[in-house]
Amino acid sequence: MTDFALAEASAARSKMVRVAALQKAVAFVVLIALVGYFTIAAPNFMTEANLVGILQATAVNGVLGVACTFVIISGGIDLSVGTLMTFCAVMCGVVLTNWGMPMPLGVVAALVFGALSGAVSGLIIAKLKVPPFIATLGMMLLLKGLALVIAQDKPIYFNDTPNFSMISNDSLVSYFWPTFEVPNGVLILFAVATLAAIVLNKSILGRYVFALGSNEEAARLSGVNVDFWKIVIYALGGLICGIAGLIIASRLNSAQPALGQGYELEAIAATVIGGTSLSGGRGTMLGTIIGAFIMSVLTNGLRIMGVAQEWQIVVTGIIIIVAVYVDMRLRRSG
Amino acid sequence: MKTTYLIGALALGLSTAPGYAEDYFPVISKGFQHQFWQAVKAGAEEAAKADGVKITFEGPETEAMVDKQIDMLTAALAKKPQGIGFAALDSKAAIPLLKKAQAANIPVIAFDSGVDSDIPLATCTTDNLKAAGVAADHMAELIGDAGEVAVVVHDQTSKTGQDRRDGFVNQMKAKHPNVKIVDIQYGGGDQLKSTEITKAILQAHPGIKGMFGANEGSIIGVLNGAKEMKKKIVVIGYDSGKQQKAAIADGSEAGAITQNPVGIGKCVVDSLAKALKGEKLDKVIDTGFYWYDKSNIGDGKVAAVLYD
Repeated sequence: MTDFALAEASAARSKMVRVAALQKAVAFVVLIALVGYFTIAAPNFMTEANLVGILQATAVNGVLGVACTFVIISGGIDLSVGTLMTFCAVMCGVVLTNWGMPMPLGVVAALVFGALSGAVSGLIIAKLKVPPFIATLGMMLLLKGLALVIAQDKPIYFNDTPNFSMISNDSLVSYFWPTFEVPNGVLILFAVATLAAIVLNKSILGRYVFALGSNEEAARLSGVNVDFWKIVIYALGGLICGIAGLIIASRLNSAQPALGQGYELEAIAATVIGGTSLSGGRGTMLGTIIGAFIMSVLTNGLRIMGVAQEWQIVVTGIIIIVAVYVDMRLRRSG
Repeated sequence: MKTTYLIGALALGLSTAPGYAEDYFPVISKGFQHQFWQAVKAGAEEAAKADGVKITFEGPETEAMVDKQIDMLTAALAKKPQGIGFAALDSKAAIPLLKKAQAANIPVIAFDSGVDSDIPLATCTTDNLKAAGVAADHMAELIGDAGEVAVVVHDQTSKTGQDRRDGFVNQMKAKHPNVKIVDIQYGGGDQLKSTEITKAILQAHPGIKGMFGANEGSIIGVLNGAKEMKKKIVVIGYDSGKQQKAAIADGSEAGAITQNPVGIGKCVVDSLAKALKGEKLDKVIDTGFYWYDKSNIGDGKVAAVLYD
């Protein structure tokens, strides 16, 4: 990468860091305010079991949000994350249940098929120049259909692999701290988010993610192999969706081929609430995780308060609009 | 396996071609990717083989896609079939098309939630109100006829969702006044969403004694949620499926209502064949339901209608 593109990226990033810090602070304040409100308004909200429940409910959406964050900062979008997750879960089921292979191979299968499918999206976008929205919309449907065909419209159960449900449901923490049973799914979420933040901020790949998102043409002119890095970014997103596939399959002890559609919008919402700009070039992993927690705290709190479900959906919609509005205001003034 | 799929798809394609000598009945269901619809399909195909007719079986991806289903019905009518099987997602939305079928003398047999009109010659259905009432009786009995219970339903707009909810709630109110229904939530039949809903309900009402899940996706969520919260409650479900059957066998689920999906599918095709021969049909054909639990899950007549 030449000096010009690097300077461009680093200027964009330092501005991004300023604004994103503010944005994260806002998102964090919203999260704290929601938790505070529900603690007062909803009896039984502030208990250990419920907080663990919220953490667990965030795992799938949070991991998908991390995948979306890479892609969206790079100036793209991935509508396929939900059904890609399901496809990976189904492939894992095929390897473990239908073929009777040992568990590590099933885990590898989910990750490999995730990365491969992501790479296919990347190829379509980079080489065939199909806009990301369309390419991943196509992949969303393609993977949904494939998951149903491969699973023959039936869920695949993991009853022959008893340890499989431990991936998400067992609690490693409780071995060290017996009273605090945080399920592994939550640990996976935090591990994925931490690793993703390191990759985004400290690696060459992370630099190129920002460079592509802030000015793709400048990056190309300075000799960056834009096509190659795009494919890598979508493949990385796919790999992370594979992790989400393992979490959901483990939690449900089954690969449910009909699930997944709709999850992409929740993941994109978490990403956007967390301050990642849909026009690319700006965003943080911490923001996305906070965004995912805002969504699950909101759903959980409104449910415990007994708010009618129709209104829960309305409130979630309002929160998304307000979050993006605040984001845009901050960007203009930042 | 893949080749059989391809051949199957080809055969399906051929059978829809006009000018086919055998009688052809398109069956339009409310879905295809749930186990329940697969079982209905199996029953319909079995009857088609026995009656020597050709059928196609299709349905939209989710039960909210009323428009897609209408498109399917339009396409089916355009093929000028000898009869149509139809399970309406929205019974009023389909009426103009059903009138067209009537005008063209194409007999229509409704199934599952039926159609709000007298055009269908017969409706093959489960009495969901009655069946959910039986579920309520069992729930009351198992919790000692007093205490708090909650319900997780698949959706608030479909007739099966409404009937199962109302059947359960009304029976409780009428016959078991000391049982209080503290919450009713809707999970879209999504196992994970229903899990989170169950956990929130158990969190909000720690004293809950039992929960009723109104379809397969809902009940899997209830079972998961109760397990994750480590709560021992009485769980009652609906339909079957491998996971639910296992839960009933190991006692984590007290029992469930099963419809007779294979029977529904058979009833649709058989009734169409009878209608073509000019036989008289009952307006409503009750395909029946069973309460099943650990004690009778293996009985022949119950096991025959359960699916994996």
